Amino acid sequence: MDTTENTAIIADHISMKFNLAQERTEALKEYVIKKIKRQLHYTEFYALRDVSFSLKKGGSLGIIGRNGSGKSTLLKCIAGVMFPTKGTVTVTGSIAPLIELGAGFDPELTAKENVYLNGAVLGHDRAFMNERFDEIIDFAELWEFVDVPVKNYSSGMYARLGFAIATEIKADVLICDEILSVGDMAFQQKCRKRMEELLSGGTTLLYVGQDPQTVEEMCAEALWLDHGRVREYGDSYKVCGAYMDYLDEIS
Amino acid sequence: MAKSSFRIEGKTALGHFLTYRPLIHELVTRDLKVKYRRSFLGYVWSVLNPLLMMCLQAWVFTVIFKSNIENYPLYLIIGNTLYTFFSESTTISMNSIISNAGLIKKVYIPKFILPISSVVSSLVTTLFSFAAIVIVMIITRAPVHWTILLVWFPLLSMFLFNCGVGMILSGLTVYFRDMQHLYGVVTLALMYATPIFYSIDAMTPEVQFMIRLNPIYHYINLFRCLIMIGGVPGPNTWFACIASATVTMIIGLMVFRKLQKNFLLHI
Ligand SMILES: Nc1ncnc2c1ncn2[C@@H]1O[C@H](COP(=O)(O)OP(=O)(O)OP(=O)(O)O)[C@@H](O)[C@H]1O
Ligand SMILES: [Mg+2]
Repeated sequence: MDTTENTAIIADHISMKFNLAQERTEALKEYVIKKIKRQLHYTEFYALRDVSFSLKKGGSLGIIGRNGSGKSTLLKCIAGVMFPTKGTVTVTGSIAPLIELGAGFDPELTAKENVYLNGAVLGHDRAFMNERFDEIIDFAELWEFVDVPVKNYSSGMYARLGFAIATEIKADVLICDEILSVGDMAFQQKCRKRMEELLSGGTTLLYVGQDPQTVEEMCAEALWLDHGRVREYGDSYKVCGAYMDYLDEIS
Repeated sequence: MAKSSFRIEGKTALGHFLTYRPLIHELVTRDLKVKYRRSFLGYVWSVLNPLLMMCLQAWVFTVIFKSNIENYPLYLIIGNTLYTFFSESTTISMNSIISNAGLIKKVYIPKFILPISSVVSSLVTTLFSFAAIVIVMIITRAPVHWTILLVWFPLLSMFLFNCGVGMILSGLTVYFRDMQHLYGVVTLALMYATPIFYSIDAMTPEVQFMIRLNPIYHYINLFRCLIMIGGVPGPNTWFACIASATVTMIIGLMVFRKLQKNFLLHI
């Protein structure tokens, strides 16, 4: 495996196991009784099995696969939200994650307050965010709604704000999960342009999308996940082609 | 700049604390905003509430139970304010992991920031309500002693103690949700076990011994000594404060570190 200075992300044989408890034991009494009676049964479920890849600084990797194939789980392991059961993840540089659309907003707070909160989550103080605030709202086109709690936002508006913050703070690694699926056409175009700009500026991109066409255009490499395993990995043209053939076959 | 710090296993709690100071600031601001946003009197409640509470209790205990503690209103309001700091901050931090699930499902943050920032928010409200103590001192014409300058010490001890307790509770609550219901009873029981409206001197030696095992007693007692008596108590009291606080904080960090690994699978 390539471990030179130029790699941004190395995922080394990662597996993620979930215990799907038949009944969740959130009550203390139940837990104790069941523990004593040895009745705590779990079904083991692997959302990821032995997934490896590495990504150069400034590179772009698209992850494709059907619903439930483990794409978001993989991103969570890389973003440090979850610890993989086995294997290791190494990331060099700062990460701006947009997993499953959200960026970790507080629904009760306004867009403005969420910009600062989200910035702080990514390790930036108010002064840093103040410098970028106007550009963020400009890009998201949300000036009208800047003082509205985000719980009253549409899902597209929510995604816009998240994307605007994550791309404006210029992290080293940008993680995008399904971000283009809720924006309108105009915004999708804008997002793609922004991602291309960032890529040419040296940002590393990890992109999850349902549309293999887009992934092929956006990313140099692609990884196809099937039931948590890597089905194909390599040049995005080849992998996306194979995935499209597969989709044609099953439909 | 945050360099994907979760990878650096050896990074200390203090190191995280410094990197994520803006986050604590934002979380505390958020808590206070959400708390006061919908109320007409806003921050005034933090002063008014303890005053009203004290009036009620002062009336109940002087008229009905004939309590004869000197400057009873001041005695009461100090006990109440500090005990409320304990019960409020631990209750909020207990729920902090669950109520911030939306955040920690999406981005990496060191999880212990959540219970700690809850205690900080509660400390800020407590500092507001110190105005009520000052008001009572003025009304009762209580003498002001220089030792009032030392009250930060019991307050800091209590802060650390609350952080430790808050971390343990928040970690356990992720796994056992019914802790939330149980804890209301625990805080009530602890309130009776703490000399807030009675004095420890009125108790039998056995009961006094039991009360001295309760760290909260020592924080409140030291605070009262510094404000009401104006003397500096012996080293035992100071030691009891700082030792109980540090030990609880360390245990809290250790327990929390163990529990946090699987949070994501349970929220
Ligand atoms: N916290 C969890 N506990 C138990 N199972 C989980 C958990 N998170 C994910 N899973 C399971 O892991 C599998 C992969 O989920 P994941 O969200 O990664 O899929 P995905 O590829 O992102 O799907 P989609 O295209 O719908 O977004 C699913 O079967 C899901 O049920
Ligand atoms: Mg997903």
